[in-house]
This record gives sequence, structure tokens and C-alpha cells, in this order.
Amino acid sequence: MSSSVLATVISNGQEDLLKEWVQQQIQAEGMRRDLIKVEELTAQSREFLQRFQGAVGSGDLINIRSIAWSPVLESISDLSRQRGRMGFTPTETALFVLSLKAPLTRLLREAHKDDPIKFIDEITVVGELLDKLGLYTMEVFLQSREEVIIRQQEDMLELSTPVVKLWDGIVALPIIGTLDSARTSVVMESLLQRIVETGSEIAIIDITGVPTVDTLVAQHLLKTVAAARLMGADCIISGIRPQIAQTMVHLAIDLSAVTTKATLAEALKTALQRNGMKVVSSSAV
Amino acid sequence: MPVINSEVLPVRREGDIVSVRQAVRKWAVEIKCSLVDQTKVVTAASELARNLLIYGGGGEVKLEKLQEGLRGGVRVTFEDQGPGIPDIQLALSDGYTSGSGMGLGLGGAKRLVNDFSIESEVGKGTRITITKWK
Repeated sequence: MSSSVLATVISNGQEDLLKEWVQQQIQAEGMRRDLIKVEELTAQSREFLQRFQGAVGSGDLINIRSIAWSPVLESISDLSRQRGRMGFTPTETALFVLSLKAPLTRLLREAHKDDPIKFIDEITVVGELLDKLGLYTMEVFLQSREEVIIRQQEDMLELSTPVVKLWDGIVALPIIGTLDSARTSVVMESLLQRIVETGSEIAIIDITGVPTVDTLVAQHLLKTVAAARLMGADCIISGIRPQIAQTMVHLAIDLSAVTTKATLAEALKTALQRNGMKVVSSSAV
Repeated sequence: MPVINSEVLPVRREGDIVSVRQAVRKWAVEIKCSLVDQTKVVTAASELARNLLIYGGGGEVKLEKLQEGLRGGVRVTFEDQGPGIPDIQLALSDGYTSGSGMGLGLGGAKRLVNDFSIESEVGKGTRITITKWK
């Protein structure tokens, strides 16, 4: 019933509607005038309005997931992602669709001057429709944020596991942060890879930057050591701080099969010794 | 025992264990625990939170800050509605695990704190409470 009226109302008052809507957006509290130009906003609004009008013309005002609405959803998607990247807040992003409510209401009121019941019916439908579109905006906005977070997590995994060569035949793996299962597999892979590449016989795993060493972390460490050993490399675990040492004793974690040192410097010294080398002061030579 | 402050954290995924550790550490610092005691209670909480997730299928962790006379304490309760523990003595013994871990977590957590209590009913769930006094 109402679809045709709404479509007519929009097409008749299109220019006014656009002007009023853009005005509404600009004046809205917290509108980021610094992030977006009026011309750009007008262009975005015009395009949305055209697609919106087309979708309304299809007659379906309930199900925004239907094919008729896909151009509208597409344009909301683009806008939402773009605003997310530009640093708009969720509220500012949702305002785009939601601020269309007031000018549309005014147009409908004029169209139904003599029939308040019909006006209320229609405004209820339109209100719900715009709310749905607003919620969709938020959905896409959050989704794009989540995508960023996931990408950053992946970046961090890669960044956080550098295997460095300390000397001929000696590589070191400084671990910073929590050693969970995902991390361990990345760590193990890059360590084993570097052992092959450098032909190292000694690998130092430094856990100075691991805040908590519980049984799972210990188990992961022991697995890494065992894997390195299979490849012919001996491991030294360094960076065991006093509080970690005491905690490990209470947990009854047995690291006696592995050489452990308090500091990376000690570990390097041991590694050099095993390779038959010694660091001496130049005056002593 | 007067409880000064409390907080409830859900444990549903691996990342939540990190939040539990951080919260416990924060509170242990607040009651002025030594670095060793902080590490001990954080490690115990880490073990139990992981058990909660892996064996209990997730649950809730409740943190409470206690004050008894002059000494402060942190009490952490781990509660799940998982399968429960049929033999608590066996579960507490070092080296026993029903999963793939080292079998040291539960017994180790008990040794790391001052008070440790465990209630479990098969099919209903498990509740473990630990307290670390300053």
C-alpha cells in the first residue's frame, strides 16, 4: 500500500529532500566537518537517495536483504568502510542513514495532510526500514574494524618471532609476550628454518620477555627444544628470572634436560665455550 | 572475611586467559604482593583458567580482594558447568592428565597459593577457589 506513495513522495520532492537531508547531516551534533567536504557528502547522499528510491519502488519495505535492496546495502557498505578508515565514530557513521528520518517524515506528513492514520502507518514502516539500514551500517562498520584487528594480530605474529644469528653456529630466539599455541607453532617453524639456513648447532631461546611461564608455556618450550634437537641443534633457555624460577619449582616443571641460564649473556658465553671459543679483553692478548 | 572489591571475568576463548592473568596481576600489585608472590598467583590463575577452558568448556572467573585485619589477599574462584572431575586426588597428583598437558597444572596451582579448595561433581561442574595472602 504505502510503497507507491513513498516512492512518489521521494521522486517529487527529491531535490528538497536531498538538500534538507544534507543540511540535517551537517548540523548534526558531532558531525566531522573536518573529515568530509560538503560536496562529497552531497554526492554520497544523492547516490544513496537514488538507490533508495529504486529499492522503495520495488515495493518491498520490510526485507532489506532482498535483491531489490542490494544496491542500497552496497552503497552503505562502501560508505561505512570508508568512514571507518577515515576515523569517524560509530555514531557519526550511523547518522548518515538515521538523519534521513526527519526530512522523510516531513515529506510524508505533507503528502498525508488529511489522513493522519495513514501517515502514522506509513511513518512506522519507514522508521523501521531506516532503523534496519542504520543497524546494517553499524554491522559493516564493526566488521571492518574487526578485519583490521585480525590483520594486526597476524602482523604481530610475524613480527614477534625474529630469529637472530649471534655468532657462527649460534642463533638466538628472543620471545616477547605470551607463548600460546598459535605463537609456538610460528616460533618453532622460524627457529627450525633458521637452524637449517645458518647450519647452527646451538640455539638460545630467551624468555626474558615472557611474563608468565606456566605448564603450557613450559610444554611448548620443551617441544621446541626437542624438535631442534632432532635437527642436531642444542638449545639453551635463557632469561629465567628469579620469580619465574621459584614458580617453576612449585609447579614441578622439570627443565633439567635443557641447559638454562639466567641471562642471554651467560647463555652466549656458554654457547661460545661449547664451540671452543672464548671472549677475552684485548689487553690480555 | 570482608570482601573489599570483586570482579567477574568470562573465560570463553584463549585470549580471555590473558585478561584473567592481567586482572590477577593488577590486584596482586594492589595488595602489595612481592614480585615472587605476584608471579606465583598469576601463574596459578593461568593454569586454572586454562583448565576451565580446556576441560570445563569455559566458565567464569571471580576475583575478590580481601582484607583480614592488617593483611590483604586476593581470592580467585574458577567455576564451570563442565563434566566435573571423577577422582580429585588423582587429578591433583603430578604427572596425571586426562588431556594432553603435562599434568602439573592443578597440583602446581595448589602449591603456588596459600589456600586451595576444590569442589566437583561429575556431570555438574567444578569450582576451584584459591587465595593468596600478602
